[in-house]
Amino acid sequence: MSGVCKLKFTDFKSDQGVRWCAGCGDHAILNSVQKAMAELEYCKDDVAVISGIGCSSRFPYYMDTYGFHTLHGRGAAVASGVKLANTDLHVWDITGDGDALAIGGNHFIHLIRRNIDINVILFNNKIYGLTKGQYSPTSKRGFISKTSPYGTIESPFRPGELCIGARGQFFARTVDKELKLSVEVFKESAKHKGTSIVEVLQNCVIFNDKVHAEITDKEYKEDRTIVLRHGEKMIFGKERNKGLMLDGMTLKAVTIGENGITEDDILVHDEKTDDISLHLKLADMEYPNYPVALGVIRNVESKAYDYCMEKQIREIKEKSSIKSLKDLLYSGDVWEVK
Amino acid sequence: MGKRSKVIEKDEVVVRFSGDSGDGMQLTGTLFSYTSAIFGNDISTFPDYPSEIRAPQGTIGGVSGFQVHFGHSEVYTPGDYADVLVAMNPAALKANSKWMKPGGTIIIDVDSFDEKNLRKAGYKTDDPITEDKLGDFNIIKAPITALTKESLKDMGLDNKSILRSKNMFALGLVYWLFNRPLDNTKEYITKKFKKKPIVVEANLKVLEEGYNYGSIIQALTPSYQISPADIEKGFYRNINGNTATAWGFIAASEKSGLELFLGSYPITPATDIMQELSARKDLGVKVFQAEDEIAGITSTIGASFAGDLAITSTSGPGLALKGEAIGLAVIAELPIVIVDVQRGGPSTGLPTKTEQSDLMQALYGRNGESPVVVVAASTPTNCFDYAFYASKIAVEHMTPVILLTDGFLGNGTQPWKLPDMDEFPKIDVPMVDRNMKDWEPYLRDPEKLSRYWAIPGTPGFAHRIGGLEKDYKTGAVSHDPLNHQKMTDVRQAKVDKIADYIPELELIGEEDADLLIIGWGGTFGHLYTAYEEMTNEGYNVALLHFNYINPLPKNAFDILSKFDKKVVCELNMGQFVGYLRMKFEGMSFTQYNKVQGLPFTVNELKEHFKKLLEE
Ligand SMILES: Cc1ncc(C[n+]2csc(CCOP(=O)(O)OP(=O)(O)O)c2C)c(N)n1
Ligand code: SF4
Ligand SMILES: [Mg+2]
Repeated sequence: MSGVCKLKFTDFKSDQGVRWCAGCGDHAILNSVQKAMAELEYCKDDVAVISGIGCSSRFPYYMDTYGFHTLHGRGAAVASGVKLANTDLHVWDITGDGDALAIGGNHFIHLIRRNIDINVILFNNKIYGLTKGQYSPTSKRGFISKTSPYGTIESPFRPGELCIGARGQFFARTVDKELKLSVEVFKESAKHKGTSIVEVLQNCVIFNDKVHAEITDKEYKEDRTIVLRHGEKMIFGKERNKGLMLDGMTLKAVTIGENGITEDDILVHDEKTDDISLHLKLADMEYPNYPVALGVIRNVESKAYDYCMEKQIREIKEKSSIKSLKDLLYSGDVWEVK
Repeated sequence: MGKRSKVIEKDEVVVRFSGDSGDGMQLTGTLFSYTSAIFGNDISTFPDYPSEIRAPQGTIGGVSGFQVHFGHSEVYTPGDYADVLVAMNPAALKANSKWMKPGGTIIIDVDSFDEKNLRKAGYKTDDPITEDKLGDFNIIKAPITALTKESLKDMGLDNKSILRSKNMFALGLVYWLFNRPLDNTKEYITKKFKKKPIVVEANLKVLEEGYNYGSIIQALTPSYQISPADIEKGFYRNINGNTATAWGFIAASEKSGLELFLGSYPITPATDIMQELSARKDLGVKVFQAEDEIAGITSTIGASFAGDLAITSTSGPGLALKGEAIGLAVIAELPIVIVDVQRGGPSTGLPTKTEQSDLMQALYGRNGESPVVVVAASTPTNCFDYAFYASKIAVEHMTPVILLTDGFLGNGTQPWKLPDMDEFPKIDVPMVDRNMKDWEPYLRDPEKLSRYWAIPGTPGFAHRIGGLEKDYKTGAVSHDPLNHQKMTDVRQAKVDKIADYIPELELIGEEDADLLIIGWGGTFGHLYTAYEEMTNEGYNVALLHFNYINPLPKNAFDILSKFDKKVVCELNMGQFVGYLRMKFEGMSFTQYNKVQGLPFTVNELKEHFKKLLEE
């Protein structure tokens, strides 16, 4: 059983000097995770932070917990092994957009499909940071980078769509510098039993500065993002006069008071419904047609793999007459030479 | 039972059952070998099946075979050539008649030798016996299909089920030929088809029918007499190398007190290890069927980080995918065992055929200086021991270990005297303990040079590791040039040190022999049989067989330097001999290699050795 500890968030800081560039969004995410863990009353020794390779994947070195900086793309698979070896651990997997969605795409979707109780934080800066500025699987079509000097000719993944498409039961989105929201979302993701994916819109000041600025900047964010909360109306905007409603099968961003639209027409967020259709629409919303959804978009109760594995082993152990290797050796077709 | 016309006394006999992949030859062979083992013979078996599950019926590509070698004294191989061949169709005859001993017995199901099947098998004429020059063999043309149909006609079975019983007729006939009791097989059938009494009845009936058919034709046919072997007292079972491997890990789990985790992805011929362990939930084994081999090994590394006895199993192509991750286990200094059940390569190669294909890959198939321990099993039953000792080395020395077996060992069976687990050593787990002073993640055991295991959940030992180079003392990330040299040296020294903990080589034969035969891994049975036969014929040869490849046993150099004439025999183009030449510069070796997806034959080995002795 994992314990309960009352620690300060600073207790989760390791003695390693943080090596990210000044102004990198990763610093803020580190703080939010440490805050969340303190508020979750984690004990440091019960935490395993696993990562792949990338700027973001340096993360475990800065946490005063157990940590493992593994191979490019493989963090999800290593984390799976950690969790199955000791289901009492709090296992967090730190990954980048290249790490999770390019080289590690296979592990990412299968982790989600299996629903192992691991909290994944996907640092989406829409660029390969560590290798100094190549486009990534989330870079928008036409994006110019060192390996796409004439613009990319491929469509990006939307992490939320991929997650839900892989039968994901928890998906949330936050922004690096929105500490309060991030802490809230990380805590929700930790409480969810099963794989949870949190996409963090992260700024890489060096190779992709301001990639999210048009939605996350102070002056626009209220009009261009919507923070979803379970059971609350999907209302956003500086004036709190905008909202989301369904027009037939189509999701629409509308202004309350215009065209006869009243607050009653505005949707109420239900993160717990099993039905993926609205969750998908919300996860896919992009500016300028829609506000970008932040907060917990999908949070559905479901059976976690690790729980089922232990249950199965327990039940079979109880029923079986084979209790040791010796029983196994002597089971079945054995004969004696006298 | 009437008196037999002619009984041939033999020390050992090889029987090969062959037919279409749907003919049930694997089961037939298994039942026959089981009966022979219980009778008290020593046995060795090898199944040989097509890689396509549904290869075209009646063609040579679709022939499935099962060979059983059993004898009055110990047998070490499934045998090169068969004394008795059962051929359920022309393709089976065509594929196997060249593997017969002169004067042997061939049983064919004449009913299947129609024009269509003969052409499918590639016979040009309607007389395959003449066409393949099989006149000197004792051919039993049994109307197996017709007699099976006749025997079951009143039982209300459909035609398909009736034909499926043909193999029992053949089995009954072979039991007659060797004067064997039917009880074990009857018992097996009754148990296996418990829920379908009609199938039990049909199979038992046809089995008897086959046996009786033997008595009817006895005037024409010699039968064989093979007395029981002089076998050590104890409890026995038949086991193949893959199951033995799986059980060896369970043994290591018990002896170390660690939970067993397998992260793996199915691949022929290694899948059986995973399947066996998946069935062992009763012993708490955790099997994770990963999305690919990379996830197989990386989940294994994760499980090791968190304190399980962590294993991954695969074959050549999968080992290639695991290369990068093995390097991670090397630098993170975490214990894992990687089992490679070798098969014919390169690429997809020959999935169902055996080859010692991956020695170089196991030793060197990674980026950077990344030494790992390499161990090879040499018989189906000692896969158990080497799986155990591979785990023991991995855990006690905090290192990845590659265990090499191969398709021949993995699928081959032998009777196995059940081990007394009290005779196996304990596995000491180098876990950190609270009293450890000045612990750092890379603090080393002064003797073994291995670090200690601090698993997540242990209070007070939180630390970070990873694939980046570590500082020798603190274990923090370090790019310091001299430190990298130092860490490279210590990782190598740690593996080299393991030579102090493994058994020395034992020479089989005399030190003054005129020729030293050298082998490693799965070729032991053939090399030993060749050695034994030549010794009996008066030749002075010796055999040195390796199970520990990296590091080599400490006395390797001493023994090797005693011999002038040396031949390294391998089922590859010379990977081990190349390794020996590198390790023992200036020492000369000749080599004997074969890459046909087949084991050596004792005959070809002996022929080659005799030629060498004449030189
Ligand atoms: C097998 C392998 N291939 C390539 C690399 C090089 N590499 C390291 S990180 C990286 C991309 C990182 O991008 P992302 O995952 O988005 O992380 P970020 O640096 O942006 O946080 C690449 C290509 C590697 N380390 N290993
Ligand atoms: S390169 Fe970009 S992502 Fe990497 S540390 Fe610097 S700012 Fe952060
Ligand atoms: Mg990135």
